[in-house]
Amino acid sequence: MENLLEVKNLRLYYHTSKGAVKALDDVSFSLKEGETLGLVGESGCGKTTTGVALLKMPSPPGRIEKGSQIIIDGTDIVPLSDKEIRKNIRWEKISMVFQGAMNCLTPVYTIGRQMLETLNEHRMMEEKQAVELIKEYLGHVGLPPEVMNRYPHELSGGMKQRVVIASALFLKPRLVILDEPTTALDVIVQAQIINLLKELKKTFNLSFIFITHDLALEAEVSDRICVMYAGKIAELGTNAQIYGKEPLHPYTQKLLQATPLLHKKVDTLAFIPGTPPDLINPPTGCRFNPRCHCTMEKCFTEEPPLIEVEPGHQVACWRCVK
Amino acid sequence: MSEVLLEVKNLKKHFVPHLTLAQTLAGGKKRVIKAVDGVSFSIMKGEIFGLIGESGSGKTTTGKLIMKLIEPTSGTITFDGEDVTFTNKAKTQEYRRKVQMIFQDPYASMNPRFKIRDVLLEPLIIHKMHGNRAEQIERVLKALTEVKLTPPEEFLVRYPHMLSGGQRQRTATARTLILNPKMLVADEPVSMIDLSTRAEILHMMKEVQRDLGLTYLYITHDLSTARYFTDRIAVMYLGRIVEMGPADEIIDNPIHPYTQALIAAVPEPQAGKVDIIKKLPISGEIPSPANIPSGCRFHTRCPYATEACANNPEPELMDAGNGHFHACARWKEIPKAQ
Repeated sequence: MENLLEVKNLRLYYHTSKGAVKALDDVSFSLKEGETLGLVGESGCGKTTTGVALLKMPSPPGRIEKGSQIIIDGTDIVPLSDKEIRKNIRWEKISMVFQGAMNCLTPVYTIGRQMLETLNEHRMMEEKQAVELIKEYLGHVGLPPEVMNRYPHELSGGMKQRVVIASALFLKPRLVILDEPTTALDVIVQAQIINLLKELKKTFNLSFIFITHDLALEAEVSDRICVMYAGKIAELGTNAQIYGKEPLHPYTQKLLQATPLLHKKVDTLAFIPGTPPDLINPPTGCRFNPRCHCTMEKCFTEEPPLIEVEPGHQVACWRCVK
Repeated sequence: MSEVLLEVKNLKKHFVPHLTLAQTLAGGKKRVIKAVDGVSFSIMKGEIFGLIGESGSGKTTTGKLIMKLIEPTSGTITFDGEDVTFTNKAKTQEYRRKVQMIFQDPYASMNPRFKIRDVLLEPLIIHKMHGNRAEQIERVLKALTEVKLTPPEEFLVRYPHMLSGGQRQRTATARTLILNPKMLVADEPVSMIDLSTRAEILHMMKEVQRDLGLTYLYITHDLSTARYFTDRIAVMYLGRIVEMGPADEIIDNPIHPYTQALIAAVPEPQAGKVDIIKKLPISGEIPSPANIPSGCRFHTRCPYATEACANNPEPELMDAGNGHFHACARWKEIPKAQ
């Protein structure tokens, strides 16, 4: 399989009066066609920022720094102008389901009108054709065509999320970034949406980047998992490498131990003391060192590189450097 | 452990929303929204009791009824042997001192202009406890120590925005402990907290419970934390309890098809589960509480429902042994969940 997306040395800094917030610092990964890559980590680790950077729309004062490369389908989109991005990339090649997007539907317009707006912006199309297309895509996400004439408040959370997913798909993107698409939903609705996403992926031959803080959910959907910490990749590996045996990075280990399991009763759950660091002045050495339970001297002086320990499994921890 | 602290009997809360002008002109009838429709359970002293359900199941309304934030339509609430369902203002205040609440959102539940000192002093001032200010501060410091916010003196002068989510939820817990309550109602206390700290907060709450001999009502939609945190669980669906029993028993041997579906929908971190589309036993979404199905209220989504389920009167909670109660008429014919 070919690489659909390649991200190389991606850096996104927010330039504030107090200094540059290094929200993403030297992030590199690739995504094959038809693959689902999961991004996990605590809040403030750069998961959503990665998604937003791929669409090239960081909110000011954020800026993608020189030297970053985002190559989709063979073209680097970092040097492209806003106009080109809007015309050829955003929603055409990469689309995104934003966190809480279902609550961002305008309450005063019908679902159909809101969906038409996107379509009119990108495609010259007769209204009749456009309506047909919208109905078709509502069908794909399991909604009846009447939903077009409904207002958002008439729909349940799960239905709104389906509308948002349909809106992300109808320009036929290759890659869809899903940012916490099920966080606000109940477990049963969550399972329904996840099943829907898996079906859609097959039908439209999509690739997903699935952002969530729920490690249990990530295990269900992703082929490869990328664990992020403080704007950097801590560990990257296949589903089996991360969940199958003990993961290698202490951060991943702790995250997994902190996840309560339904079918295993434990007396005490692990937790990670402290909070993610200030990204204006991150700790020297490994960024995880103030919270890590197995530091050594080198961790405080030198930043660990992301090295490949076995094929497809990369870790940034001095403990894994032989 | 065998003494009952709180008993709820056949508790109901029906909301009747006013009609809009257009609806009145069209000759519309008033709808009755049966948010809580006949809930009975009792919580033992020193127990952690979990109330589980999806949104719209009435779990939060039940919590509010127990906190006496809203008045029930019918039913009784007995606390420590005393009927507290309808009480006067002084009695209600006294009751609220004994039963305290931890809210879901630690960002919204504290006045941003108050220092932590003031946040924690307020309940003491309202309930006129601990005499003069010096003694009150003494109590505040003790409460901060109880929730492991140390050194407590340092936190007194901070504002809520200077604290992390976990520290805020600790402060919220300290605020409830300061009145020496007997019971805490915690409505989704960790759902807004980062996963790395979630376990820490639950652990802290458990320690406080053990140290002070408290009783908890833990309201959540998350079965995984419920199993870790609670002793007994009641599963709610559309305003009624469909299954109730010891936490381990409910999760390992669910009887009611709804509980089985809830458990099947919980994802688990296991390798190689990718692309196995889970066969969800039920479809659709929870119906509106304004329009509750006849008979067993779950029959519209139940994979095992027969005509009898829709026509017979609603099944009451039945004992299946080991303190495991359920409300399914066909429970003997339903296959066990894998």
